[in-house]
Amino acid sequence: MAETSIDAAAAPPPSRFLYNLFRRNLSAKVAATPMVATVLVVFVGCTLWTVYYSFTNSRALPTGDFVGFAQYERLFAARRWNVSVRNLLLFGVLSLVLSMTIGFLLAVLMDQKIRLENTLRTIFLYPFALSAIVTGLVWQWIMNPTLGLQTTLRNLGWESFTFDWITNTDMVIYALVIADLWHKTGFVTVLMLAGLRSIDDEIWKAARVDGIPTWRTYLSIVLPMMRGVIITTLVIVGSAIVRLYDLVVALTDGGPGIASEVPAKYVINYMFSGGNLGQALAGSTIMLAAVLVFLIPWAIIEFRPKKER
Amino acid sequence: MTALPATAPSAVVPSGPRPKRVAASRIVLYGILLVAALYYLLPLYVMVTTSLKGLPEIRLGNIFAPPLEVTFEPWVKAWTSACTGLTCKGLSPGFWNSVKITIPSTVLSVLIAAVNGYALVNWRFRGSEFFFTALIFGSFIPYQVMVYPLVLVTASLGIFGTLQAVILIHTIFGMPILTLLFRNYFASLPPELFKAARVDGAGFWRIFFQIMLPMSLPILAVAIILQVTGIWNDFLFGVIFAGTQNYPMTVQLNNIVNSTQGVREYNVNMAATILTGLVPLAVYFVSGRLFVRGIAAGAVKG
Repeated sequence: MAETSIDAAAAPPPSRFLYNLFRRNLSAKVAATPMVATVLVVFVGCTLWTVYYSFTNSRALPTGDFVGFAQYERLFAARRWNVSVRNLLLFGVLSLVLSMTIGFLLAVLMDQKIRLENTLRTIFLYPFALSAIVTGLVWQWIMNPTLGLQTTLRNLGWESFTFDWITNTDMVIYALVIADLWHKTGFVTVLMLAGLRSIDDEIWKAARVDGIPTWRTYLSIVLPMMRGVIITTLVIVGSAIVRLYDLVVALTDGGPGIASEVPAKYVINYMFSGGNLGQALAGSTIMLAAVLVFLIPWAIIEFRPKKER
Repeated sequence: MTALPATAPSAVVPSGPRPKRVAASRIVLYGILLVAALYYLLPLYVMVTTSLKGLPEIRLGNIFAPPLEVTFEPWVKAWTSACTGLTCKGLSPGFWNSVKITIPSTVLSVLIAAVNGYALVNWRFRGSEFFFTALIFGSFIPYQVMVYPLVLVTASLGIFGTLQAVILIHTIFGMPILTLLFRNYFASLPPELFKAARVDGAGFWRIFFQIMLPMSLPILAVAIILQVTGIWNDFLFGVIFAGTQNYPMTVQLNNIVNSTQGVREYNVNMAATILTGLVPLAVYFVSGRLFVRGIAAGAVKG
């Protein structure tokens, strides 16, 4: 069992290349096999498979008939796909901007040496421990127009109160945003708070000595210093938005009609029940492209050649 | 820090009469935090009270009213006899399916990631860093991109539609974040520890089991918390890979609530929803800081 890498040079190997490739440091390579397999088979292999078959006319089963960009042309002509994309864009912008802003503001408020900080953090973060399915179902009940919040406030005397967003074609996407913010803003807050805490107290002292107003210190000094945390949060939140699926299934199931459809749902539906695999694969390739838009700039920033590492 | 005049040392323990000017902005501060806390707590309150009401009381149309007559019937029904579309056995089969999925997936993925993280730090080989970077990047690929080929892979292995398939899938997709976690942790340990063991002649596995693993208990706890909550809350993989018989709790819950036949029993729905959330909530409340550390470690260091 005991493997050595030190005395590798001692044994005169028949083929140094093969020896280095397989025998040397063997246990570590065995330990890393699942990682290598995951990267090669799943992340590279499966992704390439999907991209390749998105150029075929596969229907219920994958076939090899190459049809060029036909699936993509159909995809971009499909009303449901366009509604999905538009929904995701609107949802994504709102969800990203609001969760980052509210998350940061809450973190700033919690950084004011308040009492009950732990209690508040527990409260803000518990929804994140719940699944998106649970989140969707709770908000479905609260926003239920016949027995939920709308009726409650009307019965309490606010006769004109209207909150029928989950059954309203134009508003349903905002209902999704509300539930989503409840689910994940606490997560952003916790990350931002960690970022705020990582800033040296000396910076604050220096800013105070210079008479810089607090809000100005936050905006011009603290925020730029938190760049790393903010970018990482953006990448995590952003790539989660592209995947948006569970919450929609639980809260609206894409309805009313197709008013709250999203790309991930389009893909899964066509993949497993629509009998139109080519469409599903083309859709998922577009999703991949959307993630790369986030990922590549981040990768360039993150892995710019620094010293070492 | 906004509210404090320069003279006051951080006002953690207030004593003496309350200074009035400070109070005003403090009140605003606490006011905002209170409103935010209410927004977060309200759904939990509504869930609990709704689940304890009878249907006639729910039809009165006040989701905020506490139950006049507390009944546990909805809870019993949600657990034992609510209909999930095919059968009417409640959520209990889903609960046990989720247990059967979560435990092996967690053990397997955490073990693989621990060994892998250790190899990446202490036994680097040509290409190890490359594959690690690729693993982290791969974790951002939407699952929808890889799901169909994985269906084919599991089908050709003969495990599609079984518990093994879901466990395999969870192990695969848990690997990036867990490996990152363990790699960062092992990298933070003093290298002398490893070198001393090497000098004493211990090999790969021996150093892992006798030195590294016992030292990694804190990060082990973080990883387990991360996986248990993540896998328990999964919906997509369960619905695709598990097969109807093995649907996890989240899938069954969604089927109960969103099934279109029959009278909508909102109290049963809410009881079922709480039941499904109970495991991750328990993990969250018990582990507290470790949970926070888990998500922060995954995000901030990445």
